[in-house]
Amino acid sequence: MSGIGTGYDLSATTYSPDGKIFQTEYAQKAVDNSSTVIGLRCKDGVVLACEKLVLSKLLVEGSNRRIHNVDRHVGVAVAGLAPDGRMVANRAWDEASSYKRVYGEPIPGHVLCERVGSYVHMFNLYWSLRPYGATLLLATYDKNGPALYAVDPSGSSLRYFGTAVGKGRQAAKNEIEKLKLAEMSCREAVVEAVKILHKVHDEDGKKFELEVSWICDESNKQHQRVPAELLADAERQAKAALEDSDMDD
Amino acid sequence: MDISRGASHAEAAPSTGTTIVACTYKGGVVLGADGRVSIGNYIMNRASNKIAPLSDFIYLCRSGSAPDTQIISDNVKHYLDQMIAESGEEPTVEAAANLVRLINYNNKDHLVGAMLVVGWDKHGGGQVFGAPIGGTLAKEKWAIDGSGSTYIWGYCDSEFREDMTRAEAEQWVKEAVALAMTRDASSGGVIRLITLDGTGAHHTYVQGDQVPQFIDDMPFPGRDPVALPLPGAAPAPVPAAAEGGMVIG
Repeated sequence: MSGIGTGYDLSATTYSPDGKIFQTEYAQKAVDNSSTVIGLRCKDGVVLACEKLVLSKLLVEGSNRRIHNVDRHVGVAVAGLAPDGRMVANRAWDEASSYKRVYGEPIPGHVLCERVGSYVHMFNLYWSLRPYGATLLLATYDKNGPALYAVDPSGSSLRYFGTAVGKGRQAAKNEIEKLKLAEMSCREAVVEAVKILHKVHDEDGKKFELEVSWICDESNKQHQRVPAELLADAERQAKAALEDSDMDD
Repeated sequence: MDISRGASHAEAAPSTGTTIVACTYKGGVVLGADGRVSIGNYIMNRASNKIAPLSDFIYLCRSGSAPDTQIISDNVKHYLDQMIAESGEEPTVEAAANLVRLINYNNKDHLVGAMLVVGWDKHGGGQVFGAPIGGTLAKEKWAIDGSGSTYIWGYCDSEFREDMTRAEAEQWVKEAVALAMTRDASSGGVIRLITLDGTGAHHTYVQGDQVPQFIDDMPFPGRDPVALPLPGAAPAPVPAAAEGGMVIG
């Protein structure tokens, strides 16, 4: 990869002749090389699902958290450099907290996503800072209904019906496009999300864990982990679907 | 009048010794206020406007110190303008009320402002919030404040009904203010009414000689002392079963 941005990639305040900021692009690479994270917005809420590669047998199950709570009605899943993502998630928490203190009500999703986007973007403006190497998927449920946003290292924040980031994002997005999300409940979407993560997982023998959360009518519009039996059931269905397709091969 | 007596000196600052009234009805809210601003026995303004717009759909009824409440109103209007710019939506009544309350609370040593934050938003419909001195916030179906309000608690308690029509609610507010103006020396002059619903604000101005008068009132000059209009020319129908409330007449 050396030689791609030679000379124009040393600082976030230098443009390349073709109009790129290479530091931001490199930050994006950190996200692209991480394990897959998907978000699905269905008719009654939003589901976030992370594939977590287990790096060592010594790690306690459930450590290496990729999904964070930001106020009751907002959840955030991180792809890319985990500590970077945690910093941005903490900032989102600060924004939500101060908004509630001043205005007395929970921060609307589209306001929070713009504030997080502005914050991340700021790190693309100064020579003394490096861009965050993380993309955040925000799941929100406010007075205007459920919404899914993605904030990437450049600071751009976009609203999605469904999206995927990380290593398996191309394959995952192909699968997501086949789903009829507007007619799906979150319960069904959890199963689909787990199936997709199992399908796009790199088959190099590495063990992986799943971290899946939702915010929907069934969870009382609060962001939480999906119930354990639902997750177990979804994993069963995912493994069965994989075996079926294996047998077809 | 003997100037050396203490009485008039105690109220040297202009005071909105006032009557302010607001209530919700089926579809919106009605607010009303008198027009008198006095310094002791001198009426500085007999037709002042004690109702300030905070946004297109949210208004503030002011009582207490006139300058204090004007500053609070200006500040909150400014913050709401910024909120509209950031979110792209109309602010909720609760957000406006919380801003007023925070200013009252954080500056309680210096401010004397008892206000009603009244408005309409698309999620909650018509809402009334009381924001008295000290920094409490109370969401209510109806609220009254100001020096004149002490004389009309009985009227308001017994005559208020939930889900009144717009006409009934306007009549209730107008009568409440008029009754208070009869008994409170610091309230009088004119009545200003605003009805707020999904279509915006509708102003009514009741000039001095049109204010409802009651038995024993000194008739307004030029009015026939015999044919005093009795309160409520079109009285709200008394429901057959008032839930535990008093039924009069």
